[in-house]
Amino acid sequence: MIFSQAKKQSAKTPLELNSPEVCTWCPGCGDLAIWAAFKQAAVENNWNNTNTALVAGIGCHGHIVNFLKLTSFEGLHGRALPVAAGIKMANHELKVFVFTGDGDCLAEGGNHFIHAARRNQDLTVILHDNAVYSLTTGQTSPRSPKGYISKSTPQGNVEEPLHPLRLAFTAGATFLARAYAGNIPALVKLMKQAEAHRGFAVIQVLQPCVTFNHVYTHQFYQENVYELPASYDPTDKKEAWEKLDEWGLKQIPVGLIYQAVAPTYEGQLPQLAKQPLVKTAPKKQDVSSLYKFYR
Amino acid sequence: MKSCVVTIGGEAGFGIMSAGLTIAKLAARSGYTTFNYPEYPSIIRGGYNVVQVAISAEPIRAPRQAIDYLVALNLEAIKQHKTSLKPGSAVIYDADQKVAGSLLPPHVGKIAVPLNKFAKDIGGNIIMRNSVALGALTALTGGNLSALMALIDEEFSAKKKDVAALNKKCAEAGYGYILNEYEGSVSTALKPLSRRPERLIVSGNDAVALGSIAAGMQFAAVYPMTPTSNILHVLAPHQEEFGFIYKQPEDEISAITMAIGASFAGARAMVATAGGGFCLMTEGYGLAAMTETPVVIVVGMRGGPSTGLPTWTEQGDLQFVLHASQGTFPRLVLAPGDVEEAFHLTMQAYNLAEKYQGPVIILMDKHLCESPAVAAPFSYSDYRIERGKIFDKYDEKYSRYAWSADGISPRAFPGDGNHIMANSDEHNEHGYSAEGAENRVRMMKKRLQKMATCEQKDLPTPTVYGPAEADLTIVSWGSNKGVILDALEKYTNVNFLHLTWLNPFPTEFVRTFLSQSKRVAIFECNYGGQLDQLIREKTGHDIKEKWFKYDGRPFFYEEVSAKIENLLRSKISATIVGSKYSPTV
Repeated sequence: MIFSQAKKQSAKTPLELNSPEVCTWCPGCGDLAIWAAFKQAAVENNWNNTNTALVAGIGCHGHIVNFLKLTSFEGLHGRALPVAAGIKMANHELKVFVFTGDGDCLAEGGNHFIHAARRNQDLTVILHDNAVYSLTTGQTSPRSPKGYISKSTPQGNVEEPLHPLRLAFTAGATFLARAYAGNIPALVKLMKQAEAHRGFAVIQVLQPCVTFNHVYTHQFYQENVYELPASYDPTDKKEAWEKLDEWGLKQIPVGLIYQAVAPTYEGQLPQLAKQPLVKTAPKKQDVSSLYKFYR
Repeated sequence: MKSCVVTIGGEAGFGIMSAGLTIAKLAARSGYTTFNYPEYPSIIRGGYNVVQVAISAEPIRAPRQAIDYLVALNLEAIKQHKTSLKPGSAVIYDADQKVAGSLLPPHVGKIAVPLNKFAKDIGGNIIMRNSVALGALTALTGGNLSALMALIDEEFSAKKKDVAALNKKCAEAGYGYILNEYEGSVSTALKPLSRRPERLIVSGNDAVALGSIAAGMQFAAVYPMTPTSNILHVLAPHQEEFGFIYKQPEDEISAITMAIGASFAGARAMVATAGGGFCLMTEGYGLAAMTETPVVIVVGMRGGPSTGLPTWTEQGDLQFVLHASQGTFPRLVLAPGDVEEAFHLTMQAYNLAEKYQGPVIILMDKHLCESPAVAAPFSYSDYRIERGKIFDKYDEKYSRYAWSADGISPRAFPGDGNHIMANSDEHNEHGYSAEGAENRVRMMKKRLQKMATCEQKDLPTPTVYGPAEADLTIVSWGSNKGVILDALEKYTNVNFLHLTWLNPFPTEFVRTFLSQSKRVAIFECNYGGQLDQLIREKTGHDIKEKWFKYDGRPFFYEEVSAKIENLLRSKISATIVGSKYSPTV
């Protein structure tokens, strides 16, 4: 139930969504831009504590919940998605946002990522992709490029990076977008689109780590990303697959790459057809009708 | 106690367990109490399955070693159980298996019935030999044929009608054959009694599932794993009717974190798994504690470590659940001893989880999880849903972890307008991450105060069965309750301390009780005595007589009776560890 006084609350400016906590990201960190974009989108679309819940994993990205006055659950490394899925199943009227990092989502939480995509659970996933483990001070991540030198790969990374959007596409996600953190207006637009999408939506945010990743810098992204043209059709599955394959110098497409209409997990549960599960408080049930199976 | 033990054995995949359940229901409908003990390997076809149905007009709660009636659906059944047969026992076997009779000892009744022939000729399918055998067994024990017919109808009602009709004809043929050929062997073991109270045949898993629904559970995430998969089998078909969600997750990590998410959103949530699945859940166990999110966790114990003995019983995970996950936090652990306790403790677990805002474990051994036993229809009219402290207004300054003397802060629910922060990092009262020393101490005290509050408000006095003054006191837990109570019926000088609340622990009561007992013995189904360790840790009392069985089998009535007899006779305390399994069930 929404308390009547609470209905009046809505932030008019992004600043009003700031928590009293002091922001601890490094100056220039892509997380700052994601934070700014999310607040802007929240103000524009009135995401507030009567309709929104945020879930974060563990990593630099996860601190975002400390800097927002929005209801949130900061969970375990890798487990943001199942917590979010639980919230959504219990109360599908909430807009549920998942903040996750590349290590969080693709290493520790890889299993949850493919299964949430497969189920087309109605979640908006903001994947802070800085291609490095930063909170643990600079080790290789599943997104780090081959040859990447880090504390865990001093001789150069011999593994190929994982492609989160292709992974999500083959698993069954229905909204796939990529953004460069430095372009806040574009990110705001994609966040709003992703939330409006019914189904599993992923925005891979290319996010420079100014402290530990000296390959994927602001300059690198500014020189190498390009906006998908207006003529690009994200509903063309074949074209989307080809576009997802693109990654190279001057060849990193950003924007909405793929979108499809498909039933959501929550939308297919008959228990939820009338109202969210938690609209009714737990009530004592008479199970004597089931005794016939045991007589 | 007068009892009749029926053992049905045959090839896996041929409805052995279901035949056992039919006999149990037939007995229960005829006024008897029953206890079914199934044994099966971790395969689907081709192995050997056996179920024992112990039947008595008195309460019966545990499996026996000696068999009265053996229904041998293959030769393996005879080979496995012939040493458990006693003079007067009878064996039903297929008349075509000429060699069967020669394998049997001379002192047992040999009841050769054309099981396969009737099944093929009448039913058209060899699988119906179970029905022929059930008909024969019903006749041989003086049982009620029409009650058997009704049970066959009910079992096959979901399938085709003609399947039920053919099975009934097969059962009639088996029944008639006994009356014609073996009239002199007919007993009154299953003769309907005049008093036939309404009874259910439920396993611990059934009881947990029913208790969960009764307690208003709204979200269950269960990844299949023996011995608790049957909980999901009971829940899944009824989710729409009772308005809850059963979700099959991708793994146990997801199971518990989904349940925590659903609970954070306001739903009553549970998970169920085995010890191995709980290994994966341990990080979620700590998450529920740190974020102060209610969740009921059912853990079924089988033989470990690792994959271990997937389909065999053990009580080896008590110390694990008492210490699982890093750090110090309230770990509420309740261990039911029978289906009645499983039902009621499950219902209570949901209240405790919400009142104390954290994880509550229901710990059961496989023997309790999967052994169908007789219970009166569960009565819970006095049960009230207690959700604990709920924040029921909007407050700009709402703090999820507000300080309170009892450690419990009011919960608000996402979407109600309050700003709610649940945080796995150490946090301040509002929920923001906070690493200050003073805050840390305060928050640790707050969380652990909940344990003290629970101990003070909810911890019951344990039950002692038998006389207040006794020459021998047995201490145990879990499903051992049944066999100990059965054995105790012979004695007026033996009592039994059964512990269900293992954390918080009834320290003062146990210390006083044990120090006043003349002679104490502890029985457990594990290697080193995990309750024994806990008692020593909590009370300083070192129990002298220890009997630990860890061969995957539960305690049998005869061995417990013999042990009590020995303890009463022997003057010298001898520590006895281990048990020799005799493959007699």
